[in-house]
Amino acid sequence: MADNAEILSGLSEIVEEVAGIDAGDVSAEKSFVDDLDIDSLSMVEIAVQAEDKFGVKIPDEQLAELKTVGDAVDYIAKNQ
Amino acid sequence: MTGAPVEVVVTGYGATTPLGGDAASTWEALLAGKSGVGRTDAEFVERFDLPVKISAQLAVEPTEVIPRVQARRLDRCEQVAIVAAREAWAHAGLGGDEPKVEPERVAAVVGTGIGGAMTLLGQDDLLESGGLRKVSPLTVPMLMPNGPAAVVSLELGARAGVHAPVSACASGAEALAWAYRLIQEGDADVVVAGGAEACITGITVAGFVQSRTLSSRNDEPERASRPFDTGRDGFVLGEGAGILVLERADFARARGATIHGRLAGHGLTADAYHITGPDPEGSGQSRAMLKAVRSAGLEPSDIDHVNCHATSTVVGDVGESAAIRKALGDRPVLTAPKSSMGHLVGAAGAVESLFTMLSVKEGVVPATLNLENLDPGVELDVVAGEPRKMELNAAVNNSFGFGGHNASVVFTKV
Repeated sequence: MADNAEILSGLSEIVEEVAGIDAGDVSAEKSFVDDLDIDSLSMVEIAVQAEDKFGVKIPDEQLAELKTVGDAVDYIAKNQ
Repeated sequence: MTGAPVEVVVTGYGATTPLGGDAASTWEALLAGKSGVGRTDAEFVERFDLPVKISAQLAVEPTEVIPRVQARRLDRCEQVAIVAAREAWAHAGLGGDEPKVEPERVAAVVGTGIGGAMTLLGQDDLLESGGLRKVSPLTVPMLMPNGPAAVVSLELGARAGVHAPVSACASGAEALAWAYRLIQEGDADVVVAGGAEACITGITVAGFVQSRTLSSRNDEPERASRPFDTGRDGFVLGEGAGILVLERADFARARGATIHGRLAGHGLTADAYHITGPDPEGSGQSRAMLKAVRSAGLEPSDIDHVNCHATSTVVGDVGESAAIRKALGDRPVLTAPKSSMGHLVGAAGAVESLFTMLSVKEGVVPATLNLENLDPGVELDVVAGEPRKMELNAAVNNSFGFGGHNASVVFTKV
């Protein structure tokens, strides 16, 4: 079980790999769309990689609710 | 369309080919008599024990010049299109932060023969091995044959239209014809036009092998592509992209652009004869050349030079030479750049149009490599050995494709 800091760090690495945003610039309060400029196709890639990394399921309807990086970290923490 | 044709000029160009990572190095290597053909650097050759172990692979990998995150969203054929388009756009003086032309007046026309088949194959493998979740959400935009055109439009902000001619090995030249028409009809002032292809993989090589169209001169890769030579035994599959920036001449002059040449006309015809074989009479090809010459307001006797499609197949080369004689007589001086660059399929017509335009501009016809014994069926003057310096006022580029597509374009001196 990863704690929130580990999840944030792992998620940041995925965001860097998929979208090219420096992992250091990915923080909990950032919005995927408005702050990090991540499009819907890249969000699907990030979700699939996060599922594999943290052993969670992120259904599409849930993915749409994950507006910020912090939302994603919280969801993964609760569901891993 | 009524009235005099609008003058269409070339203000920029870019390329990435087996001869070089940009237009200048490609042209320099062509004139120097270099070959872009070598042993295929890929595991599939041994795995399938393919009889053809040679190809013309890119001199510079596109991932060396495209940022990693952008590259991973693009099929290889889209990557090469982006590389050539960026170079062309900057070369035309249209780059930089300050827009030089309204996006609504810029169109993109980029053809491909095969498109993103490597993505299709790779993603199908992932579907088979890992199921739905492993398939990339970018699969469709990476495999669609309008992908190279679409990514160029997106990259440069071309909003007048985005089009993708798909006519096998004629695609790149057909793109220039479409661009010419868009400018004639007033749809755009600037058109970024050309072709892109990057699909040297097991199934494409195997498919061409089975249609008996590839050279298997594996022990001498550099001598394999030999258009018009009696020893020719097929073409060499290549990859790359070529892009021209075509522009309404008055618009180009008003913005102080450097003008490199004039796209004076084009001719498109169909054989309706056989799905892969050219009409032995060459009537479709000669009609394309004649249409191109007439649309340029010229006579056949005005054409000084033909940059031939000549792929190094037994039937095709002689057929083209007969079509040239029929359409233009025996005056034009010929060359066949696939001898050094290989066959770039959907990009061939664009890169070879660039060569044609540069020949006119610089007054030099590159030599056809490996032409040691001219096929007696080719009763024309083919430049071999060394490039030939000569005054050129008008030249034709021919590009023909499986399916009976014939595209000829005419460049004239400005």
